[in-house]
Amino acid sequence: MDSNDFGLTEFFSEKTQKKLRFVLLGLIPAYIFYLLYLIVPIPLSFYYSLFSWSGIKDLVFVGLENWQLVLQDKIFWKALSNNFLLVILSLLIQIPIGLLLGIFISRKIKGYKIFRVIFFLPYIMSAVAVGILFSYIYDPNFGLLNNLLQMIGLESLQAAWLGNRDLAIYSVIGAISWRFTPFYMILFSAALVSIPQSIYEAARIDGAKGWQQFFSITLPMIKPTIVNACILSLTGSLKAFGLAFTMTGGGPNHASELLATYMYKTAFTDMEMGYGSTIGIYLFLIAFSISMTVLFLTKRKK
Amino acid sequence: MKKSSIFYYIIATIFSIIFGYPFVFMVSTSLKGNMEFLQESIWAFPETYKFINYLDVSNSGFYKYFYNSIFVTAVSLVVLVFVSSLASYIITRIDFKMNKFVLATFVAGMMIPIHSTLILVYKISRFLNLNNKLIGLAGPYIAFMLPVSIFILSGFMESIPKEIEESAFMDGASYFQIYTKIILPLSKPALSTILIYNFVQIWNRFVYGLILISSPEKWILTLGLWRFQGEHGFNVPYVMTALTLASIPLIILFILLQEKVVQGMTAGALKA
Repeated sequence: MDSNDFGLTEFFSEKTQKKLRFVLLGLIPAYIFYLLYLIVPIPLSFYYSLFSWSGIKDLVFVGLENWQLVLQDKIFWKALSNNFLLVILSLLIQIPIGLLLGIFISRKIKGYKIFRVIFFLPYIMSAVAVGILFSYIYDPNFGLLNNLLQMIGLESLQAAWLGNRDLAIYSVIGAISWRFTPFYMILFSAALVSIPQSIYEAARIDGAKGWQQFFSITLPMIKPTIVNACILSLTGSLKAFGLAFTMTGGGPNHASELLATYMYKTAFTDMEMGYGSTIGIYLFLIAFSISMTVLFLTKRKK
Repeated sequence: MKKSSIFYYIIATIFSIIFGYPFVFMVSTSLKGNMEFLQESIWAFPETYKFINYLDVSNSGFYKYFYNSIFVTAVSLVVLVFVSSLASYIITRIDFKMNKFVLATFVAGMMIPIHSTLILVYKISRFLNLNNKLIGLAGPYIAFMLPVSIFILSGFMESIPKEIEESAFMDGASYFQIYTKIILPLSKPALSTILIYNFVQIWNRFVYGLILISSPEKWILTLGLWRFQGEHGFNVPYVMTALTLASIPLIILFILLQEKVVQGMTAGALKA
């Protein structure tokens, strides 16, 4: 027996001891990574948010000053409202188109496998790659979009898609939608395939037409998936970073700023680590409260 | 029926162009010369296929970025799969009275937005002397994929009947033997799901490389891609070559393992 087991031998049988030792040893690796890089940063960020800290110079305690400054910071509110714009437009664009494509894929019409490959490709690309690709699609001079508009005689609609302050955020959201719609397509097609065909047959015997079937059977059957998709798009939009960062860097003049890009720039470009930590903690609080609300609402329903 | 299938094909064609054409543009432009790109119509296909672009771009450092990405992704995946499956095994198969609590602590991690932790991940990495080291990326990669991986794996392991390991216990097998000889082989479907999901996620990760890696010889693919565009942005065919190169592994993986990738990517994201 180990001599340094603090007398646990008396309380636990040898079998239990062996078990607990394995449990402890087995969980330690997971907890090391998890605590070090995911959990500990949150309280420490809170701590650093109480300081003015430029990364190089010493920490100066400023109390809750950063917290107040963030609330008065126009760029922070601009970024937050862009994040919410992203939520709303994601719900309006990605989910309906995803559903439409999901229906198409799940019908298994001839050639659906090829279409599925094409539709799914954007989702496996990295955000950086899509961001770079789209910065050439949106380019004012040799971009695909302006060239297309010229080809179909709509020159008047040509624009500096990423350089124009009113358009930049919509262009970024367009690229984000291009990348994430395929995900919702797959989500919906999986749900649609699992609806038993016998229900449709029964409806057909009762004389239900295509659209009637869609609204009286399909939609109610996949309602949980639609709710799930909405939650995912809500929480996912707070994580948006790579695409906006590579396409516009949040510009021009913060017009397409998102919380994550603003946090990154404050902390790592301007080296305002204390202020950056505060933005990070606000981002955490927003994401956390949304998650908790969603969790509460879905739990209560059950 | 006839009319509706024509309608489907029209819609499918329109969306094939929307989702597919950017890839056609990417690959087609990657094979053009820069002058050709600037002077000819952007819709035209290359006059001659300039495969030399691929050689030029690779030699500018891309093969190095590839190697770096493969290295970091492989190390992270091996550790991640081991650590998360071991934890999931303990959580679901060994009763130690706090199983639910332990699972809950990991699942709670899914609510933490990655960007809230960046400054401290940077600080902690410097403190551990792991900044500007490739291996230093593995820690954050593993940590951030742990909650989803444990969630998926423990959900699956839960469903394996308890009787399976009882006879092994009788024969005197240890917990670790049961984990490696019985539970891991039975969990193959879930393991392949998290492997694919995590591969795509880690391979595509950008922000940790951005904050932790400064030396060009240690750039991972996403970082190299971004820097490359910053430097050669005026040479569009080069940028498209770099994009194509960087996307090839994922596209090949996807075409080879279609069903698995689709399933893995959705299962992972649904839980995340």
